[in-house]
Amino acid sequence: MAVVIEAKGLTKKYESFTAVDNLDLKIEEGTIFGFLGPNGAGKTTTILMLMGLTEPTSGEARIGGFNATRDPLKVKRITGYIPEKVGFYEDLSATYNLLYMARLNGIPDNKSNEAIARALEKVGLKDKAGAAVSTFSKGMKQRLAIADLIVKGPSVAFMDEPTSGIDPEGIAQMLDLISAIAKEHNMTIVISSHQLNQVEHICSRVGIMSKGKLVMEGSVDQLGQKAGGGKVIIEMQLAEVTPEILEGIKSVVGVLKVEQRDEAVIITGTEDLRRQISRVIQEKNGLVVQMKLQSYALEDIYLKYFREAQ
Amino acid sequence: MTGFMTVFKKELEDSFASWRFIILFTLILLASVVSIYIALGTIRSTVTGSTEFIFLALFTTSGTTFSFSFMSILSYLIPLMGIVLGLDAINSERNNGTLSRLLAQPIYRDAVINAKFLAGIITISIMILSVLLLVTGLGVYMIGLPPTAEEAWRLLFFFVISVIYGAFWLGLSILFSILFRRVATSALAVLAIWIILVFFFNSIVTNLANVIAPVGETVSSQVNNVQLSINLIHISPANLYQESTYLILVPGMRTFSQILQIQAGASQGLLATPLSITQSLLQIWPLILINVLLTIVCFAISYLRFIREEIRST
Repeated sequence: MAVVIEAKGLTKKYESFTAVDNLDLKIEEGTIFGFLGPNGAGKTTTILMLMGLTEPTSGEARIGGFNATRDPLKVKRITGYIPEKVGFYEDLSATYNLLYMARLNGIPDNKSNEAIARALEKVGLKDKAGAAVSTFSKGMKQRLAIADLIVKGPSVAFMDEPTSGIDPEGIAQMLDLISAIAKEHNMTIVISSHQLNQVEHICSRVGIMSKGKLVMEGSVDQLGQKAGGGKVIIEMQLAEVTPEILEGIKSVVGVLKVEQRDEAVIITGTEDLRRQISRVIQEKNGLVVQMKLQSYALEDIYLKYFREAQ
Repeated sequence: MTGFMTVFKKELEDSFASWRFIILFTLILLASVVSIYIALGTIRSTVTGSTEFIFLALFTTSGTTFSFSFMSILSYLIPLMGIVLGLDAINSERNNGTLSRLLAQPIYRDAVINAKFLAGIITISIMILSVLLLVTGLGVYMIGLPPTAEEAWRLLFFFVISVIYGAFWLGLSILFSILFRRVATSALAVLAIWIILVFFFNSIVTNLANVIAPVGETVSSQVNNVQLSINLIHISPANLYQESTYLILVPGMRTFSQILQIQAGASQGLLATPLSITQSLLQIWPLILINVLLTIVCFAISYLRFIREEIRST
């Protein structure tokens, strides 16, 4: 698979503040890449640099082989962009808004008219084609932005927080649409988000950004293994927690750490120690109400960096 | 080039369909028609024999109850046109979130600002031209005489000067729409400049000249004072416009400001014969040139600011 998005040592400094710090990234064709991180981690700045909308302080960004700083027009011809606060000309109709963008891309009207009608139908805005965008909800505007992408038909698309501020049903609709157009048009899509659970399902790869650095990058499974570092966490609820029981658990071979939170006990160990632990508890006359093994889901890794950033 | 033409066409369509255009145009139309009727009444009652340039007098005469001539009404409304058309040119796109999407399309960044500026100038030109034609038509109907060739030429130059003046205010308000993020702020800033230039500038200049070059006993000190005032007054595009339109529409007028009249009267005995059109143009071309330069300066600053502006995440 060919690499379509590439960043080498990408850095952006604003006076004393470093928004993006020496970022290296390669994204292959056809990937849906989840770009995660808390607000202010530098996701948007990275996207803007990749698209050639903002000049990097140092390093370079390439889209489809074109340098984003030196050849911004070539890059913009093959990229689509949905900004976080997606905006349309409110007084104009949905169709006219799309037509304007199509014209700016040099698509002749006789071609774009048909494409616009089809795209609006695809995103479920067919009935609203002639309505002014000012009557649209946030979710409808997001879908209109997707229609805009379909009309342009770029090979790479950047979506900045496409799910923020819309209702759960709208989010599901958006995500379905995104994975559908990615497949249909073989589009490489970068989705930035601070809500992992929403984009986790449709992304084949994720990168986590924190304080301007890409702290982790890989497929969802790879990341889970990496972040766990071979450790296993067991969460347990007991009828009663006594110091003897806690001592007993600590004596089990392989247990690294025992924490008590109210009724719950959280144990970190080197492997799955549920059997050994429950035996110890029985010996001490304790009663296990519930016991479960926590896998290191992406969520945990993500939350870890989320907390670090704050 | 496709980018420029696309943005240009859209901007033009937008401004003609907008409420602000309709309101502005109605206002100008009403004020102009009223001023022409008043002027006609005044001319009829005070005709003193000479009917030379009677047609131009329609544009420059005011009444006693309505003390605005067509010329003076335009001198107030042209800045308003420029301001209203440009005050949210860039910041509204930024606030609506359309700017980042617009700039993410494969067009040169300067196409956006060039197209917006040119579309504004065309809109202003069309407004002024249609009012001018309407008023001329009314004048022909009421006086029963068409304008002479020279009068027509003078009106054409009046049109050109007016468009340049409108372009200055358009450039200034586009500049503020780039500098300030909020539309209310940019509107206030450009209105503040308009008020200062139109209402306070001349008294400020007179006072300033008196401080820098106080009038003493000697003739040379008086000359210095006057000279300084004249130079300073010509900084204001509002004065430049008023002076040049007066000189082009009132052929008998050799100079405009009182100070200049004193100076001219002292150096040469004033004759009441009107100037030829070439002489009038000779008088006003430096004034036009300064206005063109001021417009270019405004636009150049806007251009550079816009080209260098960073699209930021917040």
